[in-house]
Amino acid sequence: MTLPFAIALAHLRSRRRQTMVSVLGVALGVGVFIAVTGLMAGFQSFFRAQMIESNPHVTITDEVRTPAPQPLAILHPEAAVVVSRIVPRDPVRGIANAGEIMAALAAMPGVAVAPTLRGQMLMRRAGRDYAVSTIGIDPAREMRVTTLQKDIKQGSLEALGARPDGVVIGQALARKMGVALGDTVAVSTVAGGESALRVVGIFRTGLEQQDLGQVYVALNRLQSMQARPRVVNEIHIRLADISKSREIAALAEGRWGYKAAPWEETFARILEVFVLQNTIIYGSTGSILLVAGFGIFNIISTVVSEKARDIAIMRSIGMPRGSVVATFIAEGIAVGVMGVLAGWLVGFVGASIMETFPAPGAEDPTQRLMVRQTVFTYGLAAGIALLSSVGAAWIPARKAARTDPLEIIRGAT
Amino acid sequence: MTDILKVEHLGRVLPLAVPVTLLTDVSLAFQPASFTVITGPSGSGKSSLLYLLGLLDVPTTGEVFVDGTPTSALDDAARTRLRLAVFGFVFQFHFLLPEFTVLDNVMLPMRQLGRLTRPQMKNRAMELLAQLDMADQANKRPDALSGGQRQRTAVARALANDPPVVLADEPTGALDTKNAAAVFAILAGLAQQGRTVIAVTHDEGLAGTSPRRVHLVDGRVVRDAALG
Repeated sequence: MTLPFAIALAHLRSRRRQTMVSVLGVALGVGVFIAVTGLMAGFQSFFRAQMIESNPHVTITDEVRTPAPQPLAILHPEAAVVVSRIVPRDPVRGIANAGEIMAALAAMPGVAVAPTLRGQMLMRRAGRDYAVSTIGIDPAREMRVTTLQKDIKQGSLEALGARPDGVVIGQALARKMGVALGDTVAVSTVAGGESALRVVGIFRTGLEQQDLGQVYVALNRLQSMQARPRVVNEIHIRLADISKSREIAALAEGRWGYKAAPWEETFARILEVFVLQNTIIYGSTGSILLVAGFGIFNIISTVVSEKARDIAIMRSIGMPRGSVVATFIAEGIAVGVMGVLAGWLVGFVGASIMETFPAPGAEDPTQRLMVRQTVFTYGLAAGIALLSSVGAAWIPARKAARTDPLEIIRGAT
Repeated sequence: MTDILKVEHLGRVLPLAVPVTLLTDVSLAFQPASFTVITGPSGSGKSSLLYLLGLLDVPTTGEVFVDGTPTSALDDAARTRLRLAVFGFVFQFHFLLPEFTVLDNVMLPMRQLGRLTRPQMKNRAMELLAQLDMADQANKRPDALSGGQRQRTAVARALANDPPVVLADEPTGALDTKNAAAVFAILAGLAQQGRTVIAVTHDEGLAGTSPRRVHLVDGRVVRDAALG
């Protein structure tokens, strides 16, 4: 053990109670940091998984992001031509050559595709209308690009293939409309067609927007209802490696010109909320660790004042200023390390207890709070705590190093 | 014989609102294996001279030579290193670290210097404590010792790195007559072993036992007995 560290430990041992209070402050800070950020990460992780799993990783739609260059601009590329108020071409005819595009995408390794037709529909029940986003799917192919089947609570997705008049709706919508599996609902589309659909499946993703406002019918059925035979206006893509979503989307958009949105773009608003949430949570829990640093500052400042004579004698026998600083920084680190170790335990126990609490709002009574404990969170908590400890020790340590030993010795004699 | 320690025209003025002159034009030389006592009335500059000799303070004028090397141009780090290697200090108050045992206190300078292994440091510390009749107190803390025992521990600590020069500032000031005589005898013995020992005291009786006596009044050397 180095001399500064030996002196540091001796100082802390001589002030056990104050040291314990400081250690406790750091421990609580670290523990709360781990538990609260773990709870938030657990929630976000669940939400993100649901978003990614129950939706395509990349969606190609029949939209075009930017208008095509105007003939005037093409004719005079060097001229100052401004053509304003151009609306991008928005063909209602769907994606041209959808079959060819899907075949090309499906040939790529780790890529699965499914054709869909998305449109609006009104569902009518007991005299009330419910506007829903309707997705016409090929059940067998759709199951390869989303995990919707996993979220089916009653009935099945395959039933859409067996029953042309089938519809799969969200649990929240079913409750709102008061329908159950096997019930028939009247529907109408903007094309004017009216028909009756039978509920053959009820799903629950946990995402309110989907569970309440999205329904699935067979692709050819929706094409017929919308009077758009053989039209596909969305291609859903699932990737074996989701980190390639942006790359594949850019490639598809560059090749075929249709808007291809990776999941990050589709759920950008939600992801932005996550970032804000993270900033607030990490900021508030991190500040607890900074406050714990004040406890360390307090104990080391006290030790520096009390041990002025010891510092003087150490300096007089040849301890350099750097070693004096090291002594008090070592005290800060020692308190920090003890606090971190105790805090890890507090955080682990706290998170484990929280994992036993029922998840609020969960349909399944056995569902518990998800607390995500990662090495990164433990490491980050330790890093902030130790940084705070060193920072808190630095000021009194520098004061101690600047002590003129002669002043102390003269004052004592 | 070469002087291990020498000061030439040493002056020290405290730069206060009204400057205070502590020492004026002091020139002295100290040889190895010598025992010098510095005496004088309170405020005569005895301790100030000792601090300048031990590189704890910087002179306003003049120069301190350690083994022939001028020290006024040295920075704080170099002076600290020199202090660790060349000087052993004994103060009026023992200044032992209360959290450490006697043995640990004696080992402190050795640990700072870092030349010996831990077992070697322990052996050396135990040897010193045995020489000072303190071996049986090695594992006690300073607050369990008498005043004389604490001062002997401080002497052992001063000798830990085997320094050629031992500086003692009123080493017997807080001791009774018997213990004071014992500590003074130890210091005299160190000189006989080859060290340069310089002690500040206002105890005339003890000062009389020293072969050389430098007397200060108002910051000036008024008598140097060795010089006659």
